[in-house]
Amino acid sequence: MSATGIGAPVRRKEDFRFITGQGQYTDDVTRPGETRAVFVRSPHAHAKIKSIDVSAARKMPGVIDVLTGAQLATDKIGNLICGWMIHSKDGSPMKMAAHPALAATKVNCVGDAVAVVIAETIAQGKDAAEKVKVDYEVLPAVVDPAKAQAKGAPQIHPDIENNTIYQWHLGEKKDVDAAFAAAKHVTKLDIVNNRLVPNAMEPRAALADYDAGTDNLTLWNTSQNPHVARLVISAFIGMAPEHKLRVIAPDVGGGFGSKIFIYPEEVVCLWASRKVKRPVKWTSDRSEAFLTDAHGRDHVTHAEMALDANGKILALRAKTIANLGAYMSTFSSSVPTYLYATLLSGQYNIPSIYCEVDAVYTNTAPVDAYRGAGRPEATFVVERLVEVAARQMGIDPADLRRRNFITAFPHQTPVIMAYDAGDYNASLKKAMEIADVKGFAKRKREAARRGKLRGLGYSTYIEACGIAPSQAVGSLGAGVGLWESAEVRVNPTGSVEVLTGSHAHGQGHETTFAQLVSERLGIPFENVSIVHGDTDKVQFGMGTYGSRSGAVGMSAIVKALDKIEIKAKKVAAFMLEAAEGDIEFKDGKFTVAGTDKSAAFGDVALNAYIAHKFTGAELEPGLKETSFYDPTNFTFPAGCHICELDVDIETGRVDIVNWTAVDDFGTIINPMIVEGQVHGGIAQGVGQALMEGAFYDAAGQLVTGSMMDYTMPRAHDLPSFHVGLTETKAPSNPLGMKGCGEAGAIASPAAVINAITDAIGTEHIAMPATANAVWAALQKSQAPKAA
Amino acid sequence: MAMTMTGEVQLPASREVVFAKLNDPEVLKACIPGCETLVMSSPTEFQAVAVTKIGPVKARFKGNVHLTDLDPPNGYKISGEGDGGVAGFAKGGATVTLVEKDGGTLLTYNVEAQIGGKLAQLGQRLVNGAAKKTADDFFKNFAAAMNPPA
Repeated sequence: MSATGIGAPVRRKEDFRFITGQGQYTDDVTRPGETRAVFVRSPHAHAKIKSIDVSAARKMPGVIDVLTGAQLATDKIGNLICGWMIHSKDGSPMKMAAHPALAATKVNCVGDAVAVVIAETIAQGKDAAEKVKVDYEVLPAVVDPAKAQAKGAPQIHPDIENNTIYQWHLGEKKDVDAAFAAAKHVTKLDIVNNRLVPNAMEPRAALADYDAGTDNLTLWNTSQNPHVARLVISAFIGMAPEHKLRVIAPDVGGGFGSKIFIYPEEVVCLWASRKVKRPVKWTSDRSEAFLTDAHGRDHVTHAEMALDANGKILALRAKTIANLGAYMSTFSSSVPTYLYATLLSGQYNIPSIYCEVDAVYTNTAPVDAYRGAGRPEATFVVERLVEVAARQMGIDPADLRRRNFITAFPHQTPVIMAYDAGDYNASLKKAMEIADVKGFAKRKREAARRGKLRGLGYSTYIEACGIAPSQAVGSLGAGVGLWESAEVRVNPTGSVEVLTGSHAHGQGHETTFAQLVSERLGIPFENVSIVHGDTDKVQFGMGTYGSRSGAVGMSAIVKALDKIEIKAKKVAAFMLEAAEGDIEFKDGKFTVAGTDKSAAFGDVALNAYIAHKFTGAELEPGLKETSFYDPTNFTFPAGCHICELDVDIETGRVDIVNWTAVDDFGTIINPMIVEGQVHGGIAQGVGQALMEGAFYDAAGQLVTGSMMDYTMPRAHDLPSFHVGLTETKAPSNPLGMKGCGEAGAIASPAAVINAITDAIGTEHIAMPATANAVWAALQKSQAPKAA
Repeated sequence: MAMTMTGEVQLPASREVVFAKLNDPEVLKACIPGCETLVMSSPTEFQAVAVTKIGPVKARFKGNVHLTDLDPPNGYKISGEGDGGVAGFAKGGATVTLVEKDGGTLLTYNVEAQIGGKLAQLGQRLVNGAAKKTADDFFKNFAAAMNPPA
């Protein structure tokens, strides 16, 4: 292993500019004549718009224009779409309601934009927005997904009965019911997977610039997938032909899924820029982000697991109601279906699984993919069921897991997925050693002496990443393919630029991708630069989410590098006056086999461009190759997280005292970056388990709409994590990579809740398990103390 | 989000005087904290503009106020809705009851209100305190108004 090659803990190239304030984020980009967009948003969760009067706002200082949804419709700007078709069990297609970028006749959640002020400055825009008069007829709202389908519930969209988008299912109900009927033991749980606000450090932003001279539109935006944004904005929204629209997603400060989607604000900025013939910029403030970024999770589930007398799992069934909010966000339909129910087998050999999912509209912000997207929800269901079943049956939770682990691969689950590699016993064993599970009983007694209830919880999770084989996802309803592209440009001096369709927003691609190229071509790490996030530079790409940049994005680079080697060998053969088949490439040098005749990579690159050693008839000049890589399977990272915590009996406060994570991510390019991803993922999962929860009141007001009321984890809430690795290579991609971006967030909520319930002796605790919630559960479960 | 608030205040005047002042736009205007205008459009309806600050949200609320269940001199119900533009809205009402006590009048009030928009998003933790303070200030002013200036 070289100091900068695969497996080296290379420091991140990009961090210098990030930590010295030199990153170039969308809001940092300025264009001559730039104007600012300020949105007028509904304070009501559900209301008819009787009238909008913009006349007073138009007369305010600095106002260039005030635009409404009626004008958007007149200009035939198309609705936002959800790009993944789900069919109900009766075969009918999902019911997608119209989602205009500006509401014209009705608002369906607090924060729905009804008008936009285009002004010289933000302050002038805000003052003018105050003058926009909207006359609302307020309607009753529904926010609870479990109540959205009730008779008499407010109907949100016309012709969508009972607010039901689809009633989907997966698996064989008959088999599952038969297994349950014959089961010795059945464990049942009611689960609410709490709603989360993504809160990326950089809020969303958009800057649109219309060039009247060329009729071209350019959009800078905070996107995890600029090419998909361009495709949707062009083909579905009809803003401009694809070749007349350039989308640039520069440095992006975190996404966690929330920046995958196409949002109303970027559509409005593009439209407004064309109308006012000046650049239009919008940057979300934190309050707008709380209201308008797509939220995550929000499932209500009843789940049951059937086991035989020996603790062997026979079947699992679940009924989930998924809240998709007021409108269907870009990939919202796929999250509670194919990204959720397909993982309900966990790491276990479960013969039969049946899952029903109803997706509903409510008067809340749209809900879509958020770090893990469906897989944290599935893991929580499976890992809670397993843990509770073990306790109910008097079997050690680790032992019950072992009895049911899948040990032979490939393994076809009853819910589509075919696991190709893994060693679940290895990660459980290693995690138990690191966590010193043997010493837990002693530590529990010690904690009791200090008035603390100590608990230990496991989460042996699996996830599906490296999304995804295009044909497979196409058959499941995806509107796009999920391959990735790469272009490797070797410059005449031998330095290399890699253009990738992956998009980095914190993952460190500029480092890891360069490590791969450095290793493969034997050239210095510093001689490689990674170009991404600009549709005018990168031909096409599917972006970054679902831990796909390594397994899919880097595999595309590998394929392009293979082609570079083939072409470079042809050049070297002419230079070294040898047969092409005799040229060997190793450590950055082309050598004629069995001789000391060689040419360095840089010399070959130069000769490829000066083209003095061969004629045009013999070989094309240049050294640049492109590849499109479509994976043959998902990848299946898996592992074991163990949470050990103390619950304070008097206050219900939870302190995590030890966290062990042992993950199998396959091949690792940069262990330091991987560890960082694991740390961040655990922090987000602990946040979900203990602190975070987006709550709407019955009228649809978001009462956790600021950092004052929405708690996110901080460093002092978390212990130093003990992180370990096991490795089985992913057979489906050339590097054997699985992906690590979401694992921590997927594994950790179940580990925390399993540990709390172990400590307090009751299974009745919902997330977020705040001190208040734990204290209340303790009052019910603990016998009253003698007075 | 919904909020409720109850309270009582002892006033040095008869129920008849208190009731009359509760219906007097000039008195109400002088007593409502931040009130800029208050215009009576009928004996039971008026339009008011008041500036309110709750936490980080400061807004000029324009509202229509209705008086119902008038039962002189025992009390009435005052209800209304205020539109604070981008700051959000507030709507609700208060039942006001007047009882003779200690030679004066004991006024009790029972408020139920709903707030929405930015006010609910940012100010909800502060709104109960702010509403209580507004009520306290109102009744302090109102008690002072029982003794007409010399």
